[in-house]
Amino acid sequence: MTAPPAASLIAPSRATRASTALAESLLPPVVALLIALVAGDLLILAFGQSPAAVFGLLLEGTWGNAYGFGQVLYKATTLICTGLAVAIGLRAGLFNIGAEGQLAAGAFAAAIAGLWLPSGTSALLAVPIAIGAAMLAGGATGWVPGVLKARFGAHEVIVTIMLNFIVLAMLNWVVASHLNVPETLHTPEIAAGKVPRLSALVPAFHGSAANFTLIVALAAALGMWWMLFRSRMGFDLRATGLQPDAAEYGGIRVRRVWIRALTLSGALAGLGGINFVLGYKHYYEEGLAGGFGFLGIAVALVGRNHPLGIVLAALFFATLSQGGLAINALVPKQFVEVLQGVVILAVAAAVPEVRRVLRAGVARAAGPA
Amino acid sequence: MTAAQAASAQLAPLAVRMSGIVMRFGAVVANRGASLEVAPGEIHAIVGENGAGKSTLMHVLTGLYEPDEGTVAVDGHDVTGWSTRQAIVAGVGMVHQHFMLVPTLTVAENVVLGREPRRYGAIDMALAQEEVIALGKQFGLVVDPRRRVAELSVGEAQRVEILKTLIRGARILVLDEPTAVLSPPEVGELWRVLRRLRDGGATTILITHKLDEVMDISERITVMRHGETTARLATADTTPADIARAMVGREVVLAHRGSGIGDREPREAGATKGAGHALEVQNLVVGTLRNERAVDGVTFAIAPGEILGVAGVEGNGQTELIEALAGLREVSSGNVMLGNRDITRAPVRERTDGGLAHIPEDRQRRGLVLDFPVADNLVLGLQHRYTRAAQIDRAAVVAQAERQVRTFDIRPPDASRPARALSGGNQQKIVIAREMGRDYSVLLAAQPTRGVDVGAIEFIHSRLLAARAEGKAILLVSAELSEVLALADRIAVMYRGAFVAILPRAEATTERLGALMTGATSVPGATPP
Repeated sequence: MTAPPAASLIAPSRATRASTALAESLLPPVVALLIALVAGDLLILAFGQSPAAVFGLLLEGTWGNAYGFGQVLYKATTLICTGLAVAIGLRAGLFNIGAEGQLAAGAFAAAIAGLWLPSGTSALLAVPIAIGAAMLAGGATGWVPGVLKARFGAHEVIVTIMLNFIVLAMLNWVVASHLNVPETLHTPEIAAGKVPRLSALVPAFHGSAANFTLIVALAAALGMWWMLFRSRMGFDLRATGLQPDAAEYGGIRVRRVWIRALTLSGALAGLGGINFVLGYKHYYEEGLAGGFGFLGIAVALVGRNHPLGIVLAALFFATLSQGGLAINALVPKQFVEVLQGVVILAVAAAVPEVRRVLRAGVARAAGPA
Repeated sequence: MTAAQAASAQLAPLAVRMSGIVMRFGAVVANRGASLEVAPGEIHAIVGENGAGKSTLMHVLTGLYEPDEGTVAVDGHDVTGWSTRQAIVAGVGMVHQHFMLVPTLTVAENVVLGREPRRYGAIDMALAQEEVIALGKQFGLVVDPRRRVAELSVGEAQRVEILKTLIRGARILVLDEPTAVLSPPEVGELWRVLRRLRDGGATTILITHKLDEVMDISERITVMRHGETTARLATADTTPADIARAMVGREVVLAHRGSGIGDREPREAGATKGAGHALEVQNLVVGTLRNERAVDGVTFAIAPGEILGVAGVEGNGQTELIEALAGLREVSSGNVMLGNRDITRAPVRERTDGGLAHIPEDRQRRGLVLDFPVADNLVLGLQHRYTRAAQIDRAAVVAQAERQVRTFDIRPPDASRPARALSGGNQQKIVIAREMGRDYSVLLAAQPTRGVDVGAIEFIHSRLLAARAEGKAILLVSAELSEVLALADRIAVMYRGAFVAILPRAEATTERLGALMTGATSVPGATPP
């Protein structure tokens, strides 16, 4: 309906558009953050505390000291993986809510690999094997809903939700009845494949759980960026997510892409399991996923399904999660969960609105002919 | 117009007066000082290329958009910036291009939706049906109020839309491309209704870009171009050529035989003897969820350098036929040969690599990923040819895009924009560039000029004729009879899933095709398919 007669008259320059695109991707989360901050202030005041004191404590307990920061990095490691997992599904037009179960499956497989390998196996061999096992187990858990959708049209949301229960219950049973150390709900320590903590390099991190699996998570983010925006697989995957009919027309086998995307999504969530098993506790324990699979949905949403955004969003949610412990003296630690919720709602509401305002601004700047 | 009406038209204020309308959408200006004057009781046509701002102007009139600048007056009252609700109350109603009906409800239920007559708290359906019948009688809009909308033909559904608008008290009717989906007899029926409405005192504003229709039905014409009003004409004093000139700002060569485009010579079937068939289809049966035989045993062959046109009212299996040939819909039985390669069940990519090109009928849904840049859309379906070691060769994609944008004059000439940001005509150029700008032997062209402007139509027609001259085999499906007649060497008529006739161009006349399209069985001289 709208053919610009002379494009140069009204079209903003390429540079203007690039900066608009940047603003479009950065501004909404910032606006959401401000909204959350105001909501948080009100909530803190309702508790009869000073917002400055609470947020001061939250920052002090996270980015303010090496231990707290190390804990943030530790939590972010898992969240990067589950965030990438959810995002890759969304890029293909699929909503994977099964990251929680896939995370647990990956952690369990990593533990089994570590237990099965003889002690003294070189880390150079053992770690890749454990990583492979984690991704394989997570990927298999993601493959199931992929095939059920492609083959029978079963909705992936339902299937992935239900698989969470199945996977977690199965793992609990196996661990509790066959693999546990007596009187505990965890497996014995792995014999091989342990990943050193960051404190081995930076002593200041001493005591925090941050470990070198963070590098693996960051590499996964980089790999996903390449996959999405440079590889043919990413081209096909994004086309499928945006317009399945056009993808099919373009010779893309949409069902195959669905299976691939959900398998890869599961593999990435499973990869998150190595953080706990290889890097921190060195065993699989019931309840280790601890909601970090579900939190991956929030990470993907706030990170706008972009690998870089996801890394930043993972750091943010890790900060909130760790900060909740720090401010427990002043307000209940559930306060940060409320804050998380507000951020998610604000992002969901702010993204379209901020974009609209931005576009209108650009139109004005470009001016009518 | 009767003398009394003419007199009152001079005394009464204009039914619609819009002046200096400016309407911006972000960076795009859809209306830039457009104006419109419609006298009460006239049938007024608004014509213009796609993207000229016709629909936007009408959406301003009906209250959907508030103009950035300019004034709107209805019956002499300033109503600038009113709401759709206020517009309806004031008697301004719009019949949309895409019907807004609930298919599972009956005609009467649809017509009274939102203002149902009630009796003891329940809907008085008998009264609703009476209302519909009475209104239908008054204006010649015959349709059974008890039938479900899902069972209606497109023409009938459109009557329901018009009834819906009338029952809300519309005296100024806006119709957005009402004939796009109608068969020739249905168009005639619609004209009858519009004339009857006019005689009843209603004012009609008709958006279209079909010039013959404008000449047929309208009394006055407003021509728009690039968001501005470029001409106001009295139909009686003008010619299609004048209108076309005002639409595009230059002389348009309308493609037809003898126009010189493509230097075509009428071909005889024997001319391609020995060349073999480029595409051969035998007894093809294709099913849908609703209809097991949506394509019902179709057989035909196309030789290199030949255009086979498929005429027919939409919904008679053309879509399913094209989709099956393109590999997007499963074939129940039958056989498809591309050259000497059996592609009956081949995946899309194998067909593409085998030399099949496809301009889909719905470019926004099928032909383009709207949020992808133009450059990426120019390689959609060919991405495997731009891949090196799993990675898309961006430099090659961009280089290819720059070439195509230049060759096919895609505007604006910036391949990094999302396809969504381009006008309909330029979006279609992306598809054409991709499908016809590479090596292929058979082209499936489904509604290649639907919803594009006169300039783009001319461009696409000349491309198709040039491809024919190069020896490509083309299957052309079009709802525009004039397009099929202008381009095709042979014309197949599709009715209820079957080819009821395949006529050489010389034997095909509008009347004969029109009769076949509506299911007439015995047409003298028709060669059996």
